[in-house]
Amino acid sequence: MTYSERHMPGLLSGLIAVARRDLLLAWKRPGDVLNPLFFFAMVCTLFPLAVGPSADQLTFSGPGVLWVAALLAMLISLNSLFISDFDDGSLEQLLVSPQPLPLVGLGKTISHWLTSGLPLVLVSPIVAITYRMPGDVVIVLMMTLTLGTISLSLLGSIGAALTVGLHRGTALLSLLILPLSMPVLIIGANTVSLAAGNETYSAGIWALAAYAVGTLSLAPYATAAALRISNE
Amino acid sequence: MTSQLSAENLTLFRGDRCLFRGVSFALNSGELLILEGSNGSGKTSLMRAIVGMLDLEKGAVSWNGMPVAEQRQVFHGALVWTAHRVGLKADLTLVENLRFEAALRPQGSDGLETVLERLEISRLKPLPLRSLSAGQQRRVALARMLLADVPLWLMDEPFTNLDREGRALVMQLVKEHLDKGGMCVMAAHQDVEIDAPVKKVILQ
Repeated sequence: MTYSERHMPGLLSGLIAVARRDLLLAWKRPGDVLNPLFFFAMVCTLFPLAVGPSADQLTFSGPGVLWVAALLAMLISLNSLFISDFDDGSLEQLLVSPQPLPLVGLGKTISHWLTSGLPLVLVSPIVAITYRMPGDVVIVLMMTLTLGTISLSLLGSIGAALTVGLHRGTALLSLLILPLSMPVLIIGANTVSLAAGNETYSAGIWALAAYAVGTLSLAPYATAAALRISNE
Repeated sequence: MTSQLSAENLTLFRGDRCLFRGVSFALNSGELLILEGSNGSGKTSLMRAIVGMLDLEKGAVSWNGMPVAEQRQVFHGALVWTAHRVGLKADLTLVENLRFEAALRPQGSDGLETVLERLEISRLKPLPLRSLSAGQQRRVALARMLLADVPLWLMDEPFTNLDREGRALVMQLVKEHLDKGGMCVMAAHQDVEIDAPVKKVILQ
């Protein structure tokens, strides 16, 4: 019997398999998905209690609070991106599989976004109501959060890959990716504020989209390199 | 087609400590390479260096005459590595785990049922891996090996947690793999008896 490469799985099969497996795992352990979501909802609902319920103040601070809470919720969820795979040895199995590592990492990041970024986007309108945000601003909020969380998931995957070998790398992970995620926070929150003030805001959306495309094209390679370093 | 795995003068440092120096071997189709050495002598590190996870200080591993570093994907498509940790997800069932593995590398003609039957784990199919014993999880890792259609098997202490029948089964499977023209690298600290060409690397 001979061995050949004729039935080698295709390039994307690794990405799809990894994303599907992680979604299945998230389905079996819903707590990991719900934790950041609860955190987001809690911060957003506690804030009005602390600063007072006046309408002016809430409309003024709403975009900023929602965006900071979303950023922190993403950070919380990022920590576990590679940890369990590292601990049970399936990460090293992925490293020696014939699948290209950037695509494998991207598969994990896609499933991370679907289980942490997307739920935040979907919950945000409910939270935004408590800040008396009008409907058209809520749509802008959802658009900026969608683009922003995509960037944050991708940037975070680099940090998570770098810190996976160090136990308790949470603080380091935040330090590493906060500077890179500042533009997302600033542009995202300001775009929503502009929309709330009836000013033109499309530039912010474009800038966030450009940032997301940039991270999408570069982050998988950085993540792959970081994973190799962490597994030495 | 025959394959060849060779290593030339491998030297590995971890920090200031030299784990091994000047390790060379050449392994052909149908041969078994045993890495021998006491605990902490660097067997696992050597295996990780062979699969390309550790950067060597000196030397290179070649697959079919070409350095592995230049053809990582081809080389990884030709091997399965049963590491010290089984590398399977505890929350997924045996079948879910093996389906995932099947999407990663070339698969042989043996069906899942046949392989599970062979390893005597088919009745564990609906259970999450978490509820399996350590030895049973080892058998699932063996199933990953059997399902893949690759010439090179790397096994790090394959007898850990296995019962007497399990150990005999491993040797039987290795023998069949070698007879098919495969090759196997095995780290073991007990004597391995097999009716096949054996080479040894002894680590101090």
